[in-house]
Amino acid sequence: MSAGQRIRYYQVGTNAVGNRLLDPEERTVQARTDRSNAITSGHRACRGCGEALGARYVLDAAMRASEGKLVAANATGCLEVFSTPFPESSWQLPWIHSVFGNAPAVASGIAAAQRAKGREDVRVIGQGGDGGTVDIGFGCLSGMFERNDDVLYVCYDNEAYMNTGVQRSGATPPAARTANTKPIGDHPGNQFGQGKDVPRIAMAHGIPYVATGTVAEPHDLERKVETAMGMRGARYLHVFVPCPLGWGSASQDTIKLARLVKETGLFPVFEAVDGEVTEVSKIRRRTPVEEYLKPQRRYAHLFGEHGHPEIVERLQAMADRNIEEYGL
Amino acid sequence: MLRQMEGSAAVAEAVVACRPEVVCAYPISPQTHIVEGISDLVRAGELERCEYVTVESEFAAMSVCIGASAAGARAYTATASQGLLFMAEALYNAAGLGLPIVMTLANRAIGPPINIWNDHSDSMSQRDSGWIQLYAETNQEAVDLHVQAFKIAERLSLPVMVCMDGFVLTHAFEQIDVPERAAVDAFLPPFEPAQALDPADPMTIGAMVGPEAFAEVKYLAHAKQMQALDTIPEVAAEFEAAFGRPSGGLARGYRIEDAETVVVALGSVLGTIEDTIDAMREDGVAIGALALKSFRPFPLEEVRAALQGAKRVLVLEKALAVGVGGIVAANVRMALSGLSLHGYTAIAGLGGRPITGPSLRGLFDDAVADRLEPLTFLDMDWERVEAELKRLAAGGRSGAHAENILREVGVVAGRSH
Amino acid sequence: MSDRFEIRIHGRGGQGVVTAAELLSVAAFGEGRHAQAFPSFGSERTGAPVVSFCRIDSVPIRTHEPVATPDALIVQDPTLLHQVDLFAGFAADGYLLLNSGRDLGQLGLEDLCERHRPERLLAVPAGEIARRRLGKPLPNAALLGGFAALTGRLRLDSVQEAIHERFPGRAGEGNAAAAADCFELVAKRVGEGANA
Repeated sequence: MSAGQRIRYYQVGTNAVGNRLLDPEERTVQARTDRSNAITSGHRACRGCGEALGARYVLDAAMRASEGKLVAANATGCLEVFSTPFPESSWQLPWIHSVFGNAPAVASGIAAAQRAKGREDVRVIGQGGDGGTVDIGFGCLSGMFERNDDVLYVCYDNEAYMNTGVQRSGATPPAARTANTKPIGDHPGNQFGQGKDVPRIAMAHGIPYVATGTVAEPHDLERKVETAMGMRGARYLHVFVPCPLGWGSASQDTIKLARLVKETGLFPVFEAVDGEVTEVSKIRRRTPVEEYLKPQRRYAHLFGEHGHPEIVERLQAMADRNIEEYGL
Repeated sequence: MLRQMEGSAAVAEAVVACRPEVVCAYPISPQTHIVEGISDLVRAGELERCEYVTVESEFAAMSVCIGASAAGARAYTATASQGLLFMAEALYNAAGLGLPIVMTLANRAIGPPINIWNDHSDSMSQRDSGWIQLYAETNQEAVDLHVQAFKIAERLSLPVMVCMDGFVLTHAFEQIDVPERAAVDAFLPPFEPAQALDPADPMTIGAMVGPEAFAEVKYLAHAKQMQALDTIPEVAAEFEAAFGRPSGGLARGYRIEDAETVVVALGSVLGTIEDTIDAMREDGVAIGALALKSFRPFPLEEVRAALQGAKRVLVLEKALAVGVGGIVAANVRMALSGLSLHGYTAIAGLGGRPITGPSLRGLFDDAVADRLEPLTFLDMDWERVEAELKRLAAGGRSGAHAENILREVGVVAGRSH
Repeated sequence: MSDRFEIRIHGRGGQGVVTAAELLSVAAFGEGRHAQAFPSFGSERTGAPVVSFCRIDSVPIRTHEPVATPDALIVQDPTLLHQVDLFAGFAADGYLLLNSGRDLGQLGLEDLCERHRPERLLAVPAGEIARRRLGKPLPNAALLGGFAALTGRLRLDSVQEAIHERFPGRAGEGNAAAAADCFELVAKRVGEGANA
């Protein structure tokens, strides 16, 4: 927002993509008619798919920042499957899918080729879901970070292996129901005390830029992409993307849930440069976790007659800890 | 120029002469001297515009090559044994996507038990990955095959693995003529990719294909290997014309014209085989050898032509298909359909057990006299095997075979080779 | 016509056993011969017994099998005696060059002298020679000089050229001098017809 903005924030908000009260320069890439549509319409994503939305925001912003000279390496997963139903493809940039666990390495290879050919202008994005990033692609991700390869890696995190039927991943939050963490008997869904905080792990590698974001805030997300694209070396973006099918939420709740996960404190939104947190996106209106959990059937076992209020309390405690730690 | 040098060092120079743009390095015995040699040459400025990427695993090595090759860069890596297995998924992917990556495979046994010595179980395990597989008989041929490999790969848009026996060739000092840079430049033009990730002309690579088209796509990979049956001899001929010596090709006969017994083999063991054949020929035995240079594609016609006049064929192989026996033998048999020959398979050299001249002489004598079982294991210590089987049969906690056998063997250092 | 000559070198990891075989092959190559050198492979570890091989011939060498019946044995470390089967396959008229300040009798190898040609079996204090010339008891280069004198299969200057090519500067000079010293010593003994 420009410094001389006279309009009150809540009248505009980040929900209003392309709001015409905004200076054209302030508008999102998505608001522009000349956006690249790097992932264009016709793909086979579910209605309300957060990942399709996230990919669109991120890639169009990256295409703008790189003046259209962008190559993408994509892991196996929903994004890859719904975007390339042979013989069609919704990608309007050079794009390769190799295998599940190697997207970061393939991206590194593409970047190496550009260096060898003296093409500094061509930029590289690696992308995948949480399964391909946090679990099976983790070794390659760490290797890419360690070498500080000139790649922006984006993880679209919908917190489970969705394309194969909603199985648990290293990003699945505690108490969530998945196909293999069902709340049967005493089990509360996914275990507490597990899981990987990849943004912090990325920071521990000391790479130039790490940021988290959600599909509820396209301005914020695009700005972070722009910042990342303005740098060289290994950069990591972790984007929270709700999955109506996997989470059992209404397809029209995708953006609302993305906003709520931030407002509860469960998903800290921040930026880190060279391994240190530099910016934090503060909570506007502190919200109890219940408001976020209730609209998702993957948490239904926590509520109602046979609910688990003690688990909800634990989740609230987690959120409170994040708020304190990050200063949200 | 002829120099006395280590096989690995020669291969490193040959690879650098081919001007790779991206080289991926992950260490595994016995390929280490090759990637180290390339690193030294790149750092010394022997090659401009080469990105040497140290990766975190073999899976990453092949994956970085995939990205680089798809982006239009000439890409190379090297591995062996367990490393080849670790990159198996990426291996199939590279072939399926038609990326002309070249890889050195320093043939080494696959465990368990862990073993760093030479046999062919690694390359054989990936024979159906879609990669072209070429086998070097000597270090000179290994060097020459690398130069040919880049040309073959790029002409076909198919990856090529050059197999050379680990330690036996990689670590042997011999006289080798490494092709000069200028000569290689004349022989191998710059890489013109059939497809490339290029912002100026975007394309999608790696889509999902369902039952309606998968079979056709898969067949086309096979068709490319069938085309390779022509490309490989073509490039070998071009190489001979440019460098003045024969190497590579699909297969080469040795004293095979009037041979009643033909020994078929791949790799460095052929040297010892040829020595043995010469000795037997002096004794009047009509024996010869067929050296397979290309295992994939498998040169069915050449094998058939070489064997059709013979009475018997002995396939000597350095890998064991557990549960059935020979691998190369099974492929050779396909070439012999309708022909009537005595067929023998001998498994030898597993885990680096040396294949000696005297052992081969004994084996060949038995073959000529039709004294062999269809499947033989050369120099197998049957006593030890029987003892271990007895222990198993006795039931209870028999323990790990390897440890039990090593206990019987005693101090390894006391044994000579 | 083949005039195959096969050498087996025994020592411990860190003593330059592999280098010794390679230098022999380079020396032979320098004389226009075909030569092959390779180690008996294992994981990297100092102190462990190591074996390396060298084959020299006037015609191309095709086989890559280990040397089973060596025409010459070079033993760099006498502590391997009675620990490793050093003499397996040793040709009846083979040459032995063993690094030791003691003689073969003192090393308990009298029966070896009986079964082979005693004038071809020699113990030389190569470690000492090396210490004088290099400051370290690394006997490999010295033993190569001794090998040249004992077997007559290589010229001393070929050995020295190979040494200089591998070791630049002072190391090369020290090693080449050690080779020359040992060559002289062995040549003298051979001339005297002595056997220990």
